[in-house]
Amino acid sequence: MRDLFRGALVRLTSESAEDIARANTIWMRDSEFHRFADSEPMRLWSEKRQREWAEKSIEKDPDDSYFRFGIRTLADDRLIGEIMLRIDWPRADGILGIAIGDRDYWGRGFGTDATDTLLRFAFHELNLRRVTLGTDTYNKRALRSYEKSGFRIEGTTRGEMLREHTRVNSVWMGILREEWQARQEGAR
Amino acid sequence: MNNILVGSLVRLAAIDPAEQSRLSTATRSDSEFMRLMDSDPIRLFSAAAMQKFFEKDAAGDSGTRRQFAVRSIADDVLIGFVGLYILGWGAREAALGIGLNRRDFWGRGYGTEAVQLMLRFAFTELNLRRVTLSVFSYNRRAIRSYEKAGFQREGRLRGAVRRGDARADEIFMGTLREEWQALQEAAQ
Amino acid sequence: MLDIQTQLFEAEDIRFGPIDHEKHPEIESRWTHDGEFMRLMELKPIRPLSPAMVKKQYEDIEKEMDESRNLFYFSIRARSDDRLIGKAVIEWIDWPHGNGYVRLGLGDPKDRRRGLGSQALSMLLRFAFAEANLFRVTAIVPAYNEGAMRLFQKFGFIEEVRRRKAMHRDDEFWDLIAYGLLASEWAAGKGS
Repeated sequence: MRDLFRGALVRLTSESAEDIARANTIWMRDSEFHRFADSEPMRLWSEKRQREWAEKSIEKDPDDSYFRFGIRTLADDRLIGEIMLRIDWPRADGILGIAIGDRDYWGRGFGTDATDTLLRFAFHELNLRRVTLGTDTYNKRALRSYEKSGFRIEGTTRGEMLREHTRVNSVWMGILREEWQARQEGAR
Repeated sequence: MNNILVGSLVRLAAIDPAEQSRLSTATRSDSEFMRLMDSDPIRLFSAAAMQKFFEKDAAGDSGTRRQFAVRSIADDVLIGFVGLYILGWGAREAALGIGLNRRDFWGRGYGTEAVQLMLRFAFTELNLRRVTLSVFSYNRRAIRSYEKAGFQREGRLRGAVRRGDARADEIFMGTLREEWQALQEAAQ
Repeated sequence: MLDIQTQLFEAEDIRFGPIDHEKHPEIESRWTHDGEFMRLMELKPIRPLSPAMVKKQYEDIEKEMDESRNLFYFSIRARSDDRLIGKAVIEWIDWPHGNGYVRLGLGDPKDRRRGLGSQALSMLLRFAFAEANLFRVTAIVPAYNEGAMRLFQKFGFIEEVRRRKAMHRDDEFWDLIAYGLLASEWAAGKGS
């Protein structure tokens, strides 16, 4: 059986609340990162508060509908981002969220590799039928990455975001289990 | 000493939370009343904000507020409520809020008299220096009533309230103890 | 124009950052013992706070940011060494109407009159209008705070309300002035 948590460039990890909080506090200094990652107006949270939230979600209440992983590079074990999946078991669907906080790792395939690794976990370990995600359309790098991983645009929410006085669309994307499997076979 | 709680049309009485709640609930479906009042607990200038206090705090007054039921003298009908919210004891300033839930008592001098009684209470019982209020520019009846009671206009926050596609201003009015005293002397 | 590249929280000499529960309480406690600073920053009667009391305030602030979502609180730090030099706040946000109140202050007199207040207000306004999408902001200033009056006027704020003799300090009466700036006015001013 293969190591489900290992990709080609990154591996998925379980981080301590302290490490997650520290990393997020650093990444949060970059408002462009936040504006790709989050639709809400930014709040600058203290490291203390981040640690408390991380403790709740990671350590105290392990929730079998929610998986939150750190993304570490295989080359030097650097924590560069996070990836998470929120699952609706009756429908066997998961909502994916990924954020690469270290901008040195943007546009170099690390995000795509993390997504591919998570998809394998979703389909081969959690046995989901499909995976969904939502993203704004000004994050072109992310759109390309998701398409590379096999996601397709399924719908558009018009003018959902308002930033810098500009209305921007969001899109919903999805990948079905059979599509993903076909890609694996095609790759052989 | 005069009975400062009694006028010729109205008297200020203790609030009966159950009776006040019934009246308030009936009024909530009166959208004109609600739009005249709006609801802004944080700034605590509007009457509807004080109404929320009635519902939450049956014990009545606290160090920072004084609130009363407004009842007609003729047949003891509960018309609405009036109150003072102390903005700062250091400054000896309070904000006034009034709401007449009963439409049939609008435009007949009941509100004006309730405000006058409240001002007398503020200056001669609480020994305040200043009373402030804010009112939306489209609430002409209330503005006239406050002017009759001696409030001076002090400016307006432009476009502070939005109703559909239109904006209106929030007008601020105030009266100082010395002005009020001069008015009383002139009336003698 | 959709500019999400330009950093929201970095200016030439300062940056906005989160609260540091370890390092900041002691610094802010010192400021609260400076009556002159407090009388510029606070409208209510001033009181000095111990670091423990400041820590509790910080916890309440983050709790309110999280629960009410009507508050944005930023610590102002020097870019050179990340030292805490002040605070900048947008509070009492009324989302349906798009209104907020702004307030800021630099705790150490040595940090004032060096253009840092302007840098902070500029960032705060960009955040208010281009990230929180507010329609207008208000600043409440006592008439004796000439530095604040000049700063807001410089950014195009207009005097809107004057609550006469609303403040009583040092045995004198002062007006409380409300300055207002609309999003449209800020956007127009940016070009110049």
